[in-house]
Amino acid sequence: MSAISVNGLTKKFNGNVAVKEVNFEVKPGTIFGFLGPNGAGKTTTINILCTLMGADAGSASVNGYDCSKEPDDVRRSIGIVFQDPTLDKDLTAYENLLYHAYLYRVPKPVRRRTVEDAIRFIGLYERKDDLIKTYSGGMKRRLEVARALVHQPKVLFLDEPTLGLDPQSRAGLWTYIRRLPETMDMTIFMTTHYMEEAEVCDDICIIDHGSIIAKGAPSELKSMLGGDVVYLIADDNKKALGMIRDLLDIEAEIKGDEIVFPTKKSDTCIPEIIRTLGDSVRSIRLQRPTLNDVFLKITGREIRSEHADSGDQLRENIRAYRRRSDRQ
Amino acid sequence: MIDSNVIRVIILREVKKFVREKSRLISSIARPVIWLFLVGGGLSRLVPDQGGVSYIQFIYPGIIGMTVLFSSIFSAISIIWDKEFGYMKEILVAPVSRSSIVLGKALSGTIVSMIQVFMILLLSPFLGISLDLFQVAEVLLIAFMLSFCLCNIGILIAVFYDSFESFSVIMNFIVMPMFFLSGAMYPVNKLPAVLSWLARVNPLTYGIDGLKNVIFPLSGGSVSDFPVGTDLVIIVLTSAIFITLSTLLFRTRLK
Repeated sequence: MSAISVNGLTKKFNGNVAVKEVNFEVKPGTIFGFLGPNGAGKTTTINILCTLMGADAGSASVNGYDCSKEPDDVRRSIGIVFQDPTLDKDLTAYENLLYHAYLYRVPKPVRRRTVEDAIRFIGLYERKDDLIKTYSGGMKRRLEVARALVHQPKVLFLDEPTLGLDPQSRAGLWTYIRRLPETMDMTIFMTTHYMEEAEVCDDICIIDHGSIIAKGAPSELKSMLGGDVVYLIADDNKKALGMIRDLLDIEAEIKGDEIVFPTKKSDTCIPEIIRTLGDSVRSIRLQRPTLNDVFLKITGREIRSEHADSGDQLRENIRAYRRRSDRQ
Repeated sequence: MIDSNVIRVIILREVKKFVREKSRLISSIARPVIWLFLVGGGLSRLVPDQGGVSYIQFIYPGIIGMTVLFSSIFSAISIIWDKEFGYMKEILVAPVSRSSIVLGKALSGTIVSMIQVFMILLLSPFLGISLDLFQVAEVLLIAFMLSFCLCNIGILIAVFYDSFESFSVIMNFIVMPMFFLSGAMYPVNKLPAVLSWLARVNPLTYGIDGLKNVIFPLSGGSVSDFPVGTDLVIIVLTSAIFITLSTLLFRTRLK
């Protein structure tokens, strides 16, 4: 049985299609990445899977339970870390997790221990009695992950888990998340628009404008690009290009001041080029494809524009400001 | 269906936060003291006694009602806060029934109000009002029912608003008119006809009137406007109507 199964899922907001006939399956015990730019329909899909929103057409099931017909069964079997923080900042870490344990009916004899174990797991045990408002962004995020684990869900949803975190906190959070499928026997469904973070996934789906445009393991998707890409600069690019084409039978082309060509055998290809072109090679470099390149190849644009990124930052700043002014 | 676990979480959370936040605790006590002694103390020089009750004593039930009103509405509209800062999502994705969330919110607001009412009751000797234990119990019971009713009105309001900017709208257009048209500061039957009718559709009027009836049992109706039975029936009916409405709306608007 699939951990998550989605068929023909469609959702509209005021006539605008947010998600359009989306299909995918998530295998149990895997990390599944749901990738796409901001506004592609990732959060809408998560909200439907988490029973916070109904779909207009199609069906979705989690752990074998139908999201619209058996919402309570779905809710019991999942944990969620939302994109925006949902901790109560006026309570301590321990209280936040303890109340969560009550909500999910963790039995009394193990309640206290489960909560303490979860806080220990993310390395915040010494600060468990501090109010959340004294926590840093990275610590809050980790604590949200810990809270979602208290009731031992079978599927964990992570919506942009590292949004707004500094690189160090991001790396820290990932070390915890990666351990989960094995240590807790859990399936992870995560969304992100940081393509490099999706490399840890077993399978990914790329969504754009509400439709799925690519599916598969990261290595499969990257192999669509025809392997690694070699960038070369010679004394005379035109002459070198001719030699590469004629002598090595490689379809290369000149882009800017570089000769560019894909290759499936990058390890043997470079020595061959240097033997053929000899001293005229000024520089040569090899680039392994990233998931970003996959997105670029399919859609013709970058997944992440600077504009979207600064928008996130702005929104986060406004929230922080309002939080401060509300306190006064 | 009722989930005691979610009711318990909501009550624990609200009461803990109320007790922890010293400024809210202090201001909730300071407001009635200011009204009683500064407004009531000043006006009692101008307003003659009615049936042996001075003006400062007359507004005492009204100030209890005011405290219940502010505290209940404020507790209930913390739902807006929870929506804005995300905690509501944590509750909504949990396997708990929606009606229990509403009931939990209403009960937690009621409990927080009762803590404040209890403290205002400690002021009664300073106003020359002596209450026996039975009267104290009656005051607490009426305050409880009134607060529960007002919490549900507050929840109904909160369901419609998504941001906290609406706070001043709610204060200026709902809470303040409710307070001034409740018979807290002046008897309802002495108001001009239009205002008197508005006061009669205000549930707070009956709560405060009930409190007047039990605090001044000897005044023979010169202080209160309605019989205590009428007051109680109307509060219970309004509570029933508003908890039904708030639960229905909560279910549809916060899925």
